[in-house]
Amino acid sequence: MPIAIVDYGSGNIRSAAKALEAANKNLKIVVTSDPSVIKKSDKIILPGQGSFRDCYLGIKKINGLIDALNDFVLFKKKPIFGICVGMQLFAKVGYESKETIGFGWIDGVVKKINNINKTLKLPHMGWNQIEFKKDYMLFSGIENKSHMYFVHSYEFLTKQKDCIVATTNYGNSIIAAIAKDNIFGTQFHPEKSQKNGLKLLKNFLDWKF
Amino acid sequence: MLKHRIIPCLDVKNGRIVKGINFVDLVDAGDPVEQAKIYDEQGADEICFLDITASNENRNIILDTVKKTAEKCFIPLTVGGGVRTIQDIRNLLLAGADKVSINTAAINNKNLVKESSEKFGSQCIVVAIDAKKVKDNKWEIFTHGGRKATGIDVLKFVEKVESLGAGEILLTSMDRDGTKKGYDLDLTKKVSKLINIPVIASGGVGSLEHLHQGIKIGKANAVLAASIFHFGKHSILEAKQYLDSKGIPVRI
Repeated sequence: MPIAIVDYGSGNIRSAAKALEAANKNLKIVVTSDPSVIKKSDKIILPGQGSFRDCYLGIKKINGLIDALNDFVLFKKKPIFGICVGMQLFAKVGYESKETIGFGWIDGVVKKINNINKTLKLPHMGWNQIEFKKDYMLFSGIENKSHMYFVHSYEFLTKQKDCIVATTNYGNSIIAAIAKDNIFGTQFHPEKSQKNGLKLLKNFLDWKF
Repeated sequence: MLKHRIIPCLDVKNGRIVKGINFVDLVDAGDPVEQAKIYDEQGADEICFLDITASNENRNIILDTVKKTAEKCFIPLTVGGGVRTIQDIRNLLLAGADKVSINTAAINNKNLVKESSEKFGSQCIVVAIDAKKVKDNKWEIFTHGGRKATGIDVLKFVEKVESLGAGEILLTSMDRDGTKKGYDLDLTKKVSKLINIPVIASGGVGSLEHLHQGIKIGKANAVLAASIFHFGKHSILEAKQYLDSKGIPVRI
């Protein structure tokens, strides 16, 4: 059974596909928007670039995709890895451009990074260190305070503190990785985070949930 | 803490690196893919390709270069040069570029910045500006490799493109480019303080101290250089170690 990268017209899917291939050469990676292919997959990667709203509307536009993803995540309980806006879509609501409903798999909202007195440059762009908040299996072989590549202006906020597995610091503490059972997501781009990022992707591919 | 980025830039023409390089261990010294891989291994934070292919029929060669690079380098890749339309941007992103830098087209058609940042996200739209000092505290945008004046004030323009959705500014001083005298720190600092998006300093690096000045005095978020890395004068790691020794936060 393949690993599917969900293609709904968002940004640089090819990088994610190539990084997964580099992480594990033996697995079959498919890039797809076909709900029936997603149903048959073992694991999925949900990438996302651009705005929360555009990404969600992009998914919604593809017939049956939202139902297929909900079924995959909530009922089949198979592993999903959301990257950047892909992770943000796990939230109930996003506030980028207009209020937009998300998947609501994790109780949270997505808001603009708190930039008091405009002291921070936005997007938060570049390499920042992540700090582990708990011992989490997908981080195995990755050192605490490793550098990962971030590029975003909006952040995930949640009251479900137990779901926060890593943070980073940019003005305030920002969620860098979130996890709940079979659901995992990172604000940073593992496919652009060199060795540490590839290791994380490999761990996800090896994950026996 | 967010680190300052070191970005080596390669000029690419018809799929080959233009400026000479002398890394002996390269299989093919003129191959941008090989060179990008070396920079990645040395710890570059991003890689930048500037396509200077002149003829239109050869313009698709860069897509192939980007594709091959994206298969081997897992750090961000910015590609610029001759980007004119939404379709040009889409083609580069689909080939594997993470960011696309727009230069002349951003001046001729401001809609392109707005439209492309709405379509693909601000994070992948870099506006590249070639600036020349025209009098005290005044810089003007030039195009065509610094030959053609536009009459546009740099400081006004950067504010404008920020409001249109640009995610980053690549700021090159045409007065300093190729001189090895260091960045135009005055210009870099003015732009950096004026806008709220990241600024990449470019043009004039001849020593590691110049990189330090770009960040420390110029307040740049990232520093771009070409020749000091190409000619093997310094490795990326050396640059980072130097900056680290000066107290600049870098990823080592």
